[in-house]
Amino acid sequence: MTKTSDPVALNDWQAVGNIDEITSGKRRNTRLLGQDIIVEMDGDRPRMFEADADGGMGTEHPAQVLYGHVWTTLGTPAKPPLDMPEFLEDGRRLVACGAVTVRASALRIVENFLDMSHFPYVHTGVLGEEPITEVTDYKSEIRQPDDELWATDCNFFQPQAAMSADDGQISEYMYRVSSPFVTVLYKTCPAVAGAWDLVGIFVQPREEDVCDVHTFMLVFDDTSSYADLVHFQQKIFLQDRSILENQLPKGLPLSPKDESAIRADGSSMLYRRWLRQKGLVFGTSRSDVASRAA
Amino acid sequence: MIQLYDYVLSGSCYKVRLFLSMIGKEYETIPVDYYPGSEHKTSEFLEINPLGQIPVLRDGDLTLRDAQAILVYLAAKYDAGRTWYPEDAKTQGQIAMWLSFAGGEIMNSSAARLHDMLFYDFDIDKVRKAARSAFRVLDDHLTDREIAGADWIVGNAPTVADIACFPYVALSGDGGITLDDYNAVRRWIARIKKIPGFTLMPGIHAN
Repeated sequence: MTKTSDPVALNDWQAVGNIDEITSGKRRNTRLLGQDIIVEMDGDRPRMFEADADGGMGTEHPAQVLYGHVWTTLGTPAKPPLDMPEFLEDGRRLVACGAVTVRASALRIVENFLDMSHFPYVHTGVLGEEPITEVTDYKSEIRQPDDELWATDCNFFQPQAAMSADDGQISEYMYRVSSPFVTVLYKTCPAVAGAWDLVGIFVQPREEDVCDVHTFMLVFDDTSSYADLVHFQQKIFLQDRSILENQLPKGLPLSPKDESAIRADGSSMLYRRWLRQKGLVFGTSRSDVASRAA
Repeated sequence: MIQLYDYVLSGSCYKVRLFLSMIGKEYETIPVDYYPGSEHKTSEFLEINPLGQIPVLRDGDLTLRDAQAILVYLAAKYDAGRTWYPEDAKTQGQIAMWLSFAGGEIMNSSAARLHDMLFYDFDIDKVRKAARSAFRVLDDHLTDREIAGADWIVGNAPTVADIACFPYVALSGDGGITLDDYNAVRRWIARIKKIPGFTLMPGIHAN
């Protein structure tokens, strides 16, 4: 496909690569919203160009380094990328778990990330375990002025909530979706009382139904090896991948008639409603557009 | 205790984890940051395996590389009943043939998966085609075996040949290859999932 004309998707910051993968003098050729792009480091300064028809450097767009990743945009964003002050806290370890390609809409990746009800069935023995399958009441809301989706007071029994967990625990979660393709989870830290571990995914939407998922953890954990932490997160994410690739329709349906009102889906319903109100088209099933056209 | 240099997303490492689980042998893993860290290409790891590949098994003073070699060793040493790697020459020859197939032709499915999932630079059309050719050979063989009243690749009980061939066939969807055209393969996968001690890895589901 060619570059999307969806202004909502274009006018936003997207992560397009881990900084370790884009070293000075080495270009990353990738895709963003249907457009071939070239990302490179010019010393400490990231630069992003649209690739023209013969692969050369075309129009340059803004780029910045944030949270260990290069962020860029093909449009004119109204707000900066999300603010995560936890990145400045002492004692946390940043674990960049590498990009993984998924043949699914970026929106399905985010929606699945918000869903706790699949834990016992897909992440058995780690994030959940039968027979404890109930998702208890939680709150979900859109917070202003930042226009972010938050789900709070999420509690779930987890056999191994993190690499640093020796035993099962009731984990408390807060989910934050700062823009359609960017989401962060705040989760009870097993190692430090009162602290949150962060697990985030920056989804790079390549095509309507293909994305690269950049996953990171920002955790208090002095005991696990780096490889242990990467394996823990990759195992969980890859348990979801084949399921995500088989979800139909490929685009996320946003029409109100597609909502089934069950409580566990509260954050998912709010996510879809939020996307609909933004008028996002990229990665959706466009059921609204189809019904308007009819 | 047996030590396994392991990567959680590797189908080759999974062969060893799966087999150790089926024979009920305890082990510990040493996680290798294969992706994105490429730890298997570091000089420290090349000391352990000069080929820069996982898995590697350590048992006492023995260090073994290659999933197929590891399966043969574990079966010969720890399966008291010797059903997984029987002692007769004919069966061993047949098993060796399919082990070589598992480490050779079937690895095209691994290449397709690494390309589609983790950005490896393979000719995707070529490796998918080669994987499908391999699956055709396996499907024809398993069909013949079923007609002869047998459920497994060699003999009348599962052997290390089944374990070696299983992961990258079952993971083929990760590389964009469906198993729709391989009916006998799909029935064989379902049988493997019923072997006591069967375990999962990401991308392989219980049903």
